[in-house]
Amino acid sequence: MKISREEVLRVASLAHLGLSPEEVETYRNQLDRILSYIDKLNELDISNVEPMAQVTYSAAAPDAARKHPELREDVLLPCNVAEPLLASAPDAAKPFFRVPKVIDR
Amino acid sequence: MSESVSWTIPAVQSALKAKKISARELAAEFYGRIDRRNPELNAYLTLSPERAYAQADRVDAAVARGDELPPLAGVPIAIKDVISTLGIRTTCASKMLETYIPPYDATAVEKLDAAGAIFLGKTNCDEFAMGGSNENSAYGPVRNPLAPDRVPGGSSGGSAATVAAGLAVAALGTDTGGSIRQPASFCGVPGLMPTYGRVSRYGLVAFASSLDKIGPFATTVADAAAVLSIIAGHDANDSTSAPVSVADYVAEASKPVQGLRIGVPEDYFGEGLDPEVRESVESGIVQLERLGCKRVPLRMPHTDYAIATYYILATAEASSNLARYDGVRYGLRVPGATLTEMYRQTRVRGFGPEVKCRIMLGTYALSAGYYDAYYLRAQRVRGLIARDFADAFQEVDAIITPTAPTPAFRLGEKTSDPLTMYLADIYTVTGSLAGVPGISVPCGTTKAGLPVGMQIFGPHFREGLVLQIAQASEQARSSAS
Repeated sequence: MKISREEVLRVASLAHLGLSPEEVETYRNQLDRILSYIDKLNELDISNVEPMAQVTYSAAAPDAARKHPELREDVLLPCNVAEPLLASAPDAAKPFFRVPKVIDR
Repeated sequence: MSESVSWTIPAVQSALKAKKISARELAAEFYGRIDRRNPELNAYLTLSPERAYAQADRVDAAVARGDELPPLAGVPIAIKDVISTLGIRTTCASKMLETYIPPYDATAVEKLDAAGAIFLGKTNCDEFAMGGSNENSAYGPVRNPLAPDRVPGGSSGGSAATVAAGLAVAALGTDTGGSIRQPASFCGVPGLMPTYGRVSRYGLVAFASSLDKIGPFATTVADAAAVLSIIAGHDANDSTSAPVSVADYVAEASKPVQGLRIGVPEDYFGEGLDPEVRESVESGIVQLERLGCKRVPLRMPHTDYAIATYYILATAEASSNLARYDGVRYGLRVPGATLTEMYRQTRVRGFGPEVKCRIMLGTYALSAGYYDAYYLRAQRVRGLIARDFADAFQEVDAIITPTAPTPAFRLGEKTSDPLTMYLADIYTVTGSLAGVPGISVPCGTTKAGLPVGMQIFGPHFREGLVLQIAQASEQARSSAS
């Protein structure tokens, strides 16, 4: 197996997923199979390739990308969504979202 | 009118103008069809008659006044349930957002509204758009309207099915690794993935931000072009939308294809391709040759690495994007004694199995000690795949491949393990990674009567060219039959 039970638990903890023992086994098996398949990327020589983070239009309009026309003037605009957002919150105490106590005195 | 009446955008326009039908009557006709077919197909998750009839009344008032009608006046449209709609529940086909009502319209939705479209409702899909069969929906699978024991494809399965079944004239879907093109192929309708940045994603619930695109399904290529003309363009609310001018795609689509060089990469016709799919796509290419296109054999040597690359990058981005579902601000909350316990219980119960699998994989790939080996390596291979496309477009105008290796498969056939399902995306993820536009257009049917789609890729922002070849192919097929 490419991934141990402990690693699955570590990843689940990082992802805030409270997995059951059965789920830990399921995901361990699935991740093992997927990661084994992904190993095929090791066949390639990538020493001279830059990482490609995104494909935003620079490919089509390199000059435009340099000038950053996508950045608008920094002007304040009203954003009146607080009411409807709080209305659909699981536990709101206007103007806050209420959560279990995080600080012990 | 009967189910057999297949409405197109021009047909709606002329019927409204001639006062043969009102927008309200047309909407009612579609809701009647939905009442009859949707219980079986499960293509719509939420219907929005209040908003639809209000939109229809606006159109009818404009008709009564004799106003010039906007381009999509009265056109009944379905919207994938990962795209925000003001006042209409948007679930992402997840239990996590079962009761979520967005306080605003996505930009693409707002533009359709301004163009006079009628929003019939929200379509089923794989949960958070993660899947290739629509079987990962928390609200049950969608059935393929042409073969109800089969899947409609995914993740935009509901959108493809509504159009194929005549339950909408057009639909919005989203495509991250093939989620518009593959269901379009399975349901026998055109489906377009625009260039990355062509259509604003403001209001699209994020899955993988470097890959997500919004695009149309329609019954004809011309209608897909008409919808794209409305939704395309730069948006101040989405910094990844491109400041590139929008063409008249309907006009572009009707240009002749004579003299175009069509690249046919042998890497897409190898092992695993269903022989009947191969035959249909081949006949589609031959048809284009008869119209004067020149066929150019190609190699795209990194094609075989695209699935592995995609499933690292898409899951890594998903693990980050889906961190927001923690039970604090919206959606499901499962109470816990501590904040962390609340997060963990909310997420483990709110997300379905495939979403959790992808969050786990993405978190693993980004975690300390694995980042270079997986995430950074995949980003470099993405560069190689993009280079395959750039090199190809030095030689050819467009690239034609099968959309999917098989026709629609049976419900349950590929659900036993995620990797089997991932391989159904083998021909679509390449273009997703490169950010180029791609369309799936019907090119034939199997002996069993299942549709087969042909995929056409073009260079960045050349949707017009992709639509042009698709329309030529569509018209050649209809005049041949």
